[in-house]
Parts: sequence; C-alpha cells; structure tokens
Amino acid sequence: MLLTVFVLACFVGYYVVLKVTPALHAPLMSVTNAISSVIIISAVDYVFLSKISKTQNGDLCEWLGLCAIFLTAINIVGGFMITKRMLTMFSVKKNSNKEK
Amino acid sequence: MILHFVGTYVSLVASVLFILALRGLSSAKTSVSGNRFGMVGMTLALIGTQVPVYFENLDISLTSALMKVLVVAVLGGLIGYVIAKKINMTALPQLLAGFHSLVGMGAVFIALASFFLTYGMTSANHDVMHVLELVLGATIGAITFTGSVVAFGKLQGIISGKPWRFKRQRQINVIMGLCLIGLMFAFLIKQTPELLIYAVILSLIIGYMLIMPIGGADMPVVISMLNSYSGWATAGIGFSVSNELLVIVGALVGTSGAILSHIMCKGMNRSLVKVIFGSFGSQNKITNSQNDQMHRNVKLCSPEDAGFILQNANSVIIVPGYGMAVAQAQHVIKELADELKSEDISVKYAIHPVAGRMPGHMNVLLAEANIPYEDVFELEDINNEFGQTDVAIVIGANDITNPAAKEDPASPIYGMPVLDVEKAKTVLFIKRSLGSGYAGIENQLFYRENTMMILGDAKKVCDNLTKVLKNR
Repeated sequence: MLLTVFVLACFVGYYVVLKVTPALHAPLMSVTNAISSVIIISAVDYVFLSKISKTQNGDLCEWLGLCAIFLTAINIVGGFMITKRMLTMFSVKKNSNKEK
Repeated sequence: MILHFVGTYVSLVASVLFILALRGLSSAKTSVSGNRFGMVGMTLALIGTQVPVYFENLDISLTSALMKVLVVAVLGGLIGYVIAKKINMTALPQLLAGFHSLVGMGAVFIALASFFLTYGMTSANHDVMHVLELVLGATIGAITFTGSVVAFGKLQGIISGKPWRFKRQRQINVIMGLCLIGLMFAFLIKQTPELLIYAVILSLIIGYMLIMPIGGADMPVVISMLNSYSGWATAGIGFSVSNELLVIVGALVGTSGAILSHIMCKGMNRSLVKVIFGSFGSQNKITNSQNDQMHRNVKLCSPEDAGFILQNANSVIIVPGYGMAVAQAQHVIKELADELKSEDISVKYAIHPVAGRMPGHMNVLLAEANIPYEDVFELEDINNEFGQTDVAIVIGANDITNPAAKEDPASPIYGMPVLDVEKAKTVLFIKRSLGSGYAGIENQLFYRENTMMILGDAKKVCDNLTKVLKNR
C-alpha cells in the first residue's frame, strides 16, 4: 500500500523537520532539494525500459529519460555539495574560535 | 529474483539514510555526518535499484543505454559540482530556486516518458489510478518549473521584484485552475498524448501566473513553497511508477517545505492564501500621512559620532537584513564585531525568521564570515534583551524592526512579530536611503528619539566604523 507508506512518511517528515534548528533552515532546503532528485532512478529505469520493452516510442522515451537524468544529476551533486559547503561553514567556526 | 530482493532492501536502507540526513540537521554538530548519510543513501538507491534491472536483462544489450546514462549523469553531476563550488553564498536563494526548477522539469520528463512507453500498446493496462498519478506528477512538476524560474528571475533581478497585478487576476487564475482540472479529467477518460501535453502547458502557465504577482519580501515563503511542490512532484512520480522510495522521499521533502512555509508565514503574520492572492502595500498611503508630523525629525549621524557611541557601550546587538546580503557586508561586520569585542563590549546577533530572501539566509551568511554560532540568536530568544542593551545596530533590515507592527493597527504589517530594537538605549540604523522597505511601509523607527541614521552602503559604513574605532 503506497498510500500508507506516503501518509506515514509525511508524519515522519513532520516530526523530523520540526526538530531542525532555525539556523540550519538553508541547508535543510538544499539537502531536501538534493534528495528529491532521487527521481533520477525512475528516469534511468525508463531509459532501460525503452530498450527492453518493444514500444514504438522507444527513442522518444530514451530522450525524455536522458534529459531527466541530466537535470536531476545537476541537482543531486549540486544540492549535496552546496549543503556540505554551508555545513562546514557552520562547524569550522568553532575551531577558529578556540584559536583566538 | 534474488537481485530484486536486494533492490527492495536497498531502497529501505536508503529511505532510512535520508531520514537520518534530515534528522542530522537538528544541530550543527550532527549535520555534517547527516549530509554524508544523505549522499550514501543516494548512491545506494542508484546502484541498488538499477543494477538488478541491468543484470536481469543481460540478454538484451543494455550496454549502449548504460553508457549514455553514465555520460549524461556525469556531465550533469560535473555541472552541479562546479555551480555549487563557484556560487557566491549571497546568491543562495536564486540558486535554490534554480535547483527546484530542475526537479520540476525532471518530473515532467519522467511522467511523459512513462506515458509514451506504454502509449499505443494494445496490451497496456491503463487503470485510472495510474493515469491520475501520472498526470498529477506532470502538472505539479510543470508548476514547480515555471514557478521556480520566475522566483529565480526575481531574486537574480532579471524580473522586477515588484508584484505584477492586473484586473480580475484572481478570477483568471481560478478559471485556469478549473480548466486544468477539466483537462485532467478528460485525460483520465481518454488518454491521448495531446491532452497530456495541453495539461502540462497549462500548468506551466499557471506556475508563471502564480509566482509573478508575489513581491520580493514574500520570497522566503515562495521558495519554501516551491521546495514543498518539488517534493509533491517527486511523490506523484513515485506513485505513478509504484516506487516506495520515491514516495517516501517525496513525502519527506513535501512536508519539510510545507513546515518551512508555515514558519515563514508566521514570521510575517500572514496566511499562505494572503501571500499568494493578497496585495501587499496597497493601503500604505493612509499610514504615511498619519506620520507626517514626525517626518522631519530624522537624526543623521556620522561614523565618528557612531564610533563614539559604540565606544561607550557595554553591549551591542546587531540586526542584519537583506541589505547586508546585497552589500555583502558580513565579513566587514565580523571585523567590526571583533573590534568591539577587543574593547570588552559584548556583541550578539538577532535574526528574524524572515530576514533575507529564504529561510536561514542570514545564518548562512554570518556563518560564512566565521561569526560564532553561539553569538547568533533567533527572535524569541533575544527579544527580551534589547531593553538591557546599549546599542542596537540595524544593518540592511527594515520592516522586521518596524514598531508599527506592534503599535499601529492601521499598518499593513500590524501583528507581525518584530525585533524590539527601539528598546535599546541607542539604535544605529545603517541604510542606503530614507526610503521605505520592501513592504512599501515607512519605518516609524527612523523618527524615534533614540534612533541615529547612518546613510550609506552597509559595507562602506561598517568599514568606516571599524576604522574609527581602531584609530581611537
């Protein structure tokens, strides 16, 4: 039952995100952006399926899938990297403080 | 078969890792490892779900397809990497808007691929639920795409940040919404490619119409809302391809964005409906005329005077706003704060939830300038301290400090939580001009007894202040 999974996941999301400190709301947005690009697996699926199944629109499917892979790949790497960059700014500072 | 089992469990592990990635953000300490969990989860999801498909169909040559996938993915990844490395932190809001648009467009492409794969096949079983999920994923994705593109344009300054309004706007939007629902129903009954494409095109227009009327100051809400939409689009795709992992991730991202939008709305004391449909800054003329008698009493002060005031202070609270981001003044502010601290003056920072153009915007910029985490406080934690503070320095913020929100029921921002800066003994207000803020409302703070205005670019003014303090 996908709907059950969906509703339960909404609740998990609600309680987890409530605990996020306001100071880290920007990294929260960038990391959720990165993980929402997990739809890339479905895009890869369609590129494979366009070859496997005997469909008359195989080429079109392949192209659509490849475009989706391109866009979401930018997002995945970009999203995780910018999050990492932000988070290191938040944590590095403690060390530099001790030095002073 | 065994490989498929592995695939299922890998999806489960990946979902748990994604939840841990969000959980990690509850504190700065755990956040870095949280992000790592997210990356591992993504890698697992990709490998664990695709390898089985590949090996089960070894007889059909998928190698060329795999090569294409890898080339495209690596190319996209490289572009993403370069963007994330090179981007200036002040451009973060538009970067995120841009990223959201990519998720939206990706969802549209996948929905179309899903439709065309089975289109024209006699054996295909088009059950209504599947078709509904598919068209939902496509329309939400399309709305997210154009909405985010408009938000990007407004944040980058390509499109004017001013609300774009015309007669009967609300009615037209409602009619378009109804048309979209009609198209979706038609598509459920008769699944032709034309209907799906029309629905996508109409959604693209709706996304544009939805975000164009929203002004610059409401951008934090818009960005969180688009964040939420990108999650719902992911969930829609997940339903249509019956993939649990996508549904879980979509739900997580969707709720996360919804919570952020709610927090941002509360920070402005406005409902989501009002942000989308309400006009901000239409009835300000009345409040302006009421303040006319106070108009002439603005006290301007030079950096030298300000330096003198600061030197005699024991405690200072700095209130940053969007102006700080525009002037890129965070590093100079850090220098100024260090100078004050070296003279044993306590320095704290007060952050309003909607300061800047996205949730947590100010925190990131202050962190970039190496300002200690523990000196930065949220509105409710620091608001009581202004009364015991000698100097409050407002840098590039406006509406979030306006006492009218507490005192003037006629003001459009009445009821919005604001920082009580006027309770400090002296308020130093650094601003480019005496104009009103993004909400188009005059700030009554300018005319208070204890307010000193320093006009100029935030960066230059802070630089001058630091020099004055050093020379003493």
